[in-house]
Amino acid sequence: MTASATTASDTAPRPGLAERFDRHAGRLMVLPAVVVILCFALFPLIISAYLSLTRFALAPGGFTLKYVGNFNYKKLLFGSQQYHLLGTFKAFGVVGWVLVAAMAALILFLLGRYFMSGRATIFGTIGRLITSSLAMGLTVLVVATIVAGGVPGTMVTTLIYVGVGVAAQFLLGLGIAMLCAQAIRGRNFFRVLFFVPLMVTPVGIAYTFRMLADIQKGPFAPLLQSLGVTQWSWATDAWSARLMVLVGDTWQWTPFMFIVLLAAIENQPRDQVEAARIDGANGIQIFRDITWPAIAPVAATIVLIRLIEAFKIIDLPNVLTGGGPGLATESMTLHSFIAWRTQDLGGSAAVGYMLLFVSTIVCVSFFNFMVRPARRLES
Amino acid sequence: MTENRSLMRRLFEPKSLDHQAPASKVVTYGLLLIWSLVVLVPLYWVLITAFKNEGDVANGPFYLPFIDFQPKTDAWHFMLVENNTIGPYINSVVVALGSTFLAILVGSLAAYALVRIRFRVKLAMVAIFLILLVGVIVAVATFGIPWEIALAVAIALFVIALFTVGRRMKLSLGNSDVEFWIISNRIMPPIVAVLPIYIMFQQLALLDTQFALIATYMAVNLPIVVWLTRDFFAAIPIDLEESAQIDGASKLRVFFTIALPLVRSGLVATFLLVLILAWNEYLLALFLTNADAQTMPVLVSAQNTTRGPQWWNMSVLIVVMIAPVIIIATFLQKHIARGLLVGAVKG
Repeated sequence: MTASATTASDTAPRPGLAERFDRHAGRLMVLPAVVVILCFALFPLIISAYLSLTRFALAPGGFTLKYVGNFNYKKLLFGSQQYHLLGTFKAFGVVGWVLVAAMAALILFLLGRYFMSGRATIFGTIGRLITSSLAMGLTVLVVATIVAGGVPGTMVTTLIYVGVGVAAQFLLGLGIAMLCAQAIRGRNFFRVLFFVPLMVTPVGIAYTFRMLADIQKGPFAPLLQSLGVTQWSWATDAWSARLMVLVGDTWQWTPFMFIVLLAAIENQPRDQVEAARIDGANGIQIFRDITWPAIAPVAATIVLIRLIEAFKIIDLPNVLTGGGPGLATESMTLHSFIAWRTQDLGGSAAVGYMLLFVSTIVCVSFFNFMVRPARRLES
Repeated sequence: MTENRSLMRRLFEPKSLDHQAPASKVVTYGLLLIWSLVVLVPLYWVLITAFKNEGDVANGPFYLPFIDFQPKTDAWHFMLVENNTIGPYINSVVVALGSTFLAILVGSLAAYALVRIRFRVKLAMVAIFLILLVGVIVAVATFGIPWEIALAVAIALFVIALFTVGRRMKLSLGNSDVEFWIISNRIMPPIVAVLPIYIMFQQLALLDTQFALIATYMAVNLPIVVWLTRDFFAAIPIDLEESAQIDGASKLRVFFTIALPLVRSGLVATFLLVLILAWNEYLLALFLTNADAQTMPVLVSAQNTTRGPQWWNMSVLIVVMIAPVIIIATFLQKHIARGLLVGAVKG
């Protein structure tokens, strides 16, 4: 009793350094991380915003930055660089109008349902309006460049990589995971083998696929030659070049989807599946009613992770095709990099900011309108 | 027929969820075999190309070593002895290990505090901080004020604000806000930040050093570490930490001696993931290195422009680059997959 009283009175009046540290321990432990993020993310982000409003020029003994307002953005969106970022537009055909109208109708329907639900809030409305306008804008862009026969710019190319690539990786990963989740021999062997491509450096993948797709010396050359393909090269055609980038990306990232989805499928409620099987449910019904609700939150989350990363693609197109033919395979990150290499710092930062803008809205929208509902599905 | 099937089901039930008809089993194995080939063929081709020489590649595709071509180690000798591959390789190892270690240290420290210790950050102070930051940048960039002076003034103003305005404000940010902010930084494409980081290291004369890469990689991988480790910390029972705290251990001590050892396997998973990301990183290395601190991905990609497609040499580089990570993946696949799953489940 006395001893404890003494210790209490010993420590109380002496708030030493260690104790003062301990009182603020939470804040101090987070501090290094916050400082790092400030120095390498927030601070550069602000500088970049400033750079995107200037024109960079080399001058004797260094460089000068001239403030030019939104000139860089105007050039990219409406001016001489429009073909590069957005593409070359053609007037819509019938199909184009139908697609745009369908998208508009879908958006109006979803917005209408939201307002009718009686749960509309100010922030919810603003968020949905931002998402809808971006979705509408990107639809018009894709229709005006791809569907109408124009030339897609780097933004559309990036969207192709993100949209088609992530969808292909998810579907393939899900399919292989469903196969591997069955009672088969060698499950662990397949699991380890299928995981490997995720580890391979993207630059290496790019070269490997260039070797494989070589028309003269690649392993498939005799096959292609017997089919009469001798002069054609995938690298000279816009769509086949884009397809090669997508193939490389899919080869690398399908394992990611596979490994996480497999673990999620193995965690699904087994007793429910057993019961359903005894009741005579077929595979499709079991997947739709038991497996899918169980894995949907994980599925939505990994698609979000891939969306975030897919917008940053540069290694594959840079090494595989160098962005060509023309700018057919150039992603926005590569576009920004090329602008930097040609001393156009302002333009480079502006492209980077456009990418940040699009990817943030897409990822946040996906989180709000897909991942959250999927998580609610579970509970 | 029905009896037969129920017998089979009984045989297979303890081992598995379902049992397949032979026909669908053949389809399953067929599809898995096809995907195995998709995975293996590229890797196999790189591996055998590394043992070819110019003639073997030029004279058309050869598939089987010892049968249609004799494997040679010329390319290995060229790349590893005559060419400077060891330098970039050491750079890659140092940068990947160093940045991963630091990211784990800083990230898990933050994640632990965000999970266990409740604290609030005054919203007003965040706003003042941001305003001052923008002020400093504008002052330096447009008015040409030396950055040391601008920074000193800003810090002074911030400290004054901390003791005057800061104490009156009620509105504040909690742990989850800080956590969300840290994690959300992963959404930012690195290309947006890399130009100022380049300029920053240029001003500090640290361009083309391992330090620049370690610091930058740590920063870009920090959100992943916080995001994964916070779930590991949240999953461990709090009792041990509390009893240690009652015994008078400081929070930092509790973290290092009790919390950290408890999440060991989770940390291993996170470590491996971040290590692989740092090992394969390309864009930042492309910007921030030139010759001295060049890493393997940059070296591999540089092969294209300097000497045309010399597949055999390039294959050697790719093999030495992917061999260690494939070995890691093979033996520690379960750990990595677990780390990925924890992240995806809790989000």
